[in-house]
Amino acid sequence: MKQPQTSRRSFLALAALTPFAVAATTACGTSGPGSSPAGGGASMWYLSGEPNQTTMQKAVDAFGSANPDDKIAVTYFQNDAYKTKIKTAIGAGQAPTIIYGWGGGTLKTYAEANQVEDLTAWFDENPDLKNKFFPASFGAATVNDKIYALPNQYVAPIVLFYNKELFEKAGAQPPKTWDDVMSLVKTFNGMGVAPFSLGGQSRWTSMMWLEYLLDRIGGAEVFTAIFEGKPDSWLDPAVIETGTKIQELVSADGFIKGFSSIAADSNADQALLFTGKAAMMLHGSWTYGAMKKDGQNFVQDGKLGFVQFPTVAGGKGDPKNGVGNPAAYMSISSKATDTEKEAAKKFFKEGIMTETVIDTYINSGSVPIVNGIEDKLDTSPDKEFLNFVYDLAKNAPNFQQSWDQALSPTAAEALLNNIDQLFLKSITPQQFAENMNATLGK
Amino acid sequence: MSNAVSTARKTAPTSARTDAGQNGQRNAALAWLTVPALFFFLAFAVVPLAGVLILSFTSWDGIGAIGSAGMSNWFSVLADPGLYNALGLTFLIMIASWLVQTPISLLLGVFTAGSQRYRAALAVLYFLPLLLSSAAVAIAFKALLDPNFGLATGLGLPFLAQDWLGVPHLALGLVIFVIAWQFVPFHTLIYQGGVRQIPKSLYEAAEIDGAGTIKQFFHITLPQLKYTIITSSTLMVVGSLTYFDLIFVLTGGGPGNSTRILALDMYLRGFRANLMGPASVIAVILVLIGLALALFLQRLGGKDKQGSQLEGM
Repeated sequence: MKQPQTSRRSFLALAALTPFAVAATTACGTSGPGSSPAGGGASMWYLSGEPNQTTMQKAVDAFGSANPDDKIAVTYFQNDAYKTKIKTAIGAGQAPTIIYGWGGGTLKTYAEANQVEDLTAWFDENPDLKNKFFPASFGAATVNDKIYALPNQYVAPIVLFYNKELFEKAGAQPPKTWDDVMSLVKTFNGMGVAPFSLGGQSRWTSMMWLEYLLDRIGGAEVFTAIFEGKPDSWLDPAVIETGTKIQELVSADGFIKGFSSIAADSNADQALLFTGKAAMMLHGSWTYGAMKKDGQNFVQDGKLGFVQFPTVAGGKGDPKNGVGNPAAYMSISSKATDTEKEAAKKFFKEGIMTETVIDTYINSGSVPIVNGIEDKLDTSPDKEFLNFVYDLAKNAPNFQQSWDQALSPTAAEALLNNIDQLFLKSITPQQFAENMNATLGK
Repeated sequence: MSNAVSTARKTAPTSARTDAGQNGQRNAALAWLTVPALFFFLAFAVVPLAGVLILSFTSWDGIGAIGSAGMSNWFSVLADPGLYNALGLTFLIMIASWLVQTPISLLLGVFTAGSQRYRAALAVLYFLPLLLSSAAVAIAFKALLDPNFGLATGLGLPFLAQDWLGVPHLALGLVIFVIAWQFVPFHTLIYQGGVRQIPKSLYEAAEIDGAGTIKQFFHITLPQLKYTIITSSTLMVVGSLTYFDLIFVLTGGGPGNSTRILALDMYLRGFRANLMGPASVIAVILVLIGLALALFLQRLGGKDKQGSQLEGM
């Protein structure tokens, strides 16, 4: 008989193929890149780029050799790529044990989805650790009065850097007011040097301008209202004036030619400053360390100048206000196993902000968020810059966390997109304010 | 599967009774063989598609809980001018890519189909871009075109020192150029194969009739390549819907939104702005457009009259 034969054969063929099919479908679900090293320990994702990558690798290596059972496996990613990757990984349940971030709005979405561990009780059990760090650094780690992240690394305000050599050549002084800025733009354009370097393709680089300008024009309250989601808070006249000032600066060729195609990830914006192609740059204090490393003695020879962001005539903001990153933050994935969580906590306590790490940060020109480091800062070869940053962070009546980190990811993406268009002048300041106003509460 | 079943239905009544039973059995056995393929199609195409359709009616940030949103995602996306900007750009890049790539790859294909040594050597060079990944191509072009540290300043060619990726219309043109640079080799390969299939005797006959090279090209090569052109065009048009990696690395959709095509718009909404619902709406729109285009192109090729072009040979 034919029929049973054929059907059995086809059944066998099917049976032979099924395991492959099942293997193929299940392969997608098993251990992803966020898995931990074999034999205990925890996994961590961190940002690539020097000097922080080496600092972290040394800290992890030192912790690993002291605690062979609790090794930390680190994978490094580029900044902009990481921001997307970590969100996707958390959503897919593939997050590493230790989640690096900037706190604020993004951390809030993780906390509200129960994706990160509540560390409040753990900090209460370890008061020494909690008291080790600047109290202000816990602000962006706190969601609904609970602490979800360990502040670490260093405080990174946004600073106006300038090339002293070019300023001497021009016989100019660093800007103290917005009018100075606009006249310096004329001076340097006349010399054939770009006034400001800007890695505009990264968009958060352009955002730093708005953060300071809005603060200087309208005071810290304007963004606080936006952050709290008050109705029509983006329509504040200070927002419109900020946008107008930015577009005036763009129209006056204030930024280097081609700024909208320069990405900050490659540090090209910093290279423009230390190679003398641009006279000034508004950037995070972390670029000091990078320029010291890459700039061929530009920093060491004292050619890098730095000042606070200038004031705006008639503005309401306190000129001592600062913006930037109050610290870096590390959370523990609630999806991790208990042994992974314990390893991570041990690393938080003993491995991450050791004396060696603190010294390395200071040596690379950053101010760690650790209390009682004044003496160390004073004896550093970079003491001028370190004390400048320390005072800026300490004396600021208001230290605003970077907007794209403070706001929810949805509002932040809309903000970055609209900032890009504002700098390209494809929308007016009024349209910018209206577009952003539509994102309130999202 | 549906093909096998439908042939079974068609043939059964016309064949003799004794055959009918056997035919049916063989078709049933053949139908079983499609099961693995069908399984993969279900698992990797139909199920995710259904998932996306369902997600388009929900609000989800990719991390927390999924909540129902009714039609609100659809209304908000369809009312968003960003969608029409992305749609327009997608079609613009599609049409421009076809217009740029088809003539170049057709001519290169005809050229490399020749049997001379130097042509084979050149063909190897033409195919080089095919070996590079899109991300690598994008990073390389980005570095070469850097307005301050790029090729133009290095070589001292001021006319090349444009802000290629920073000015909206230049960035768009550049994207079309880089896509062409990367994909022309692939289509050249398709045309080369097509040209080599054309029987030599056609050209010999044309030569006897006194047709020159140009006349031969328009009256023999081009008509004989009809189906190759349709295949290549289908790949180009449907493929252009999924251009993502290259543009993502090269411009990230910028400056502004000037290269934010539909696939990129979907990604940015979903994974940057954490709006999985609206991103799913765009995914559904992409699927519908892709299906419509594929159907249209198949019609164009005359699906029902796949007649031979070599009749009488």
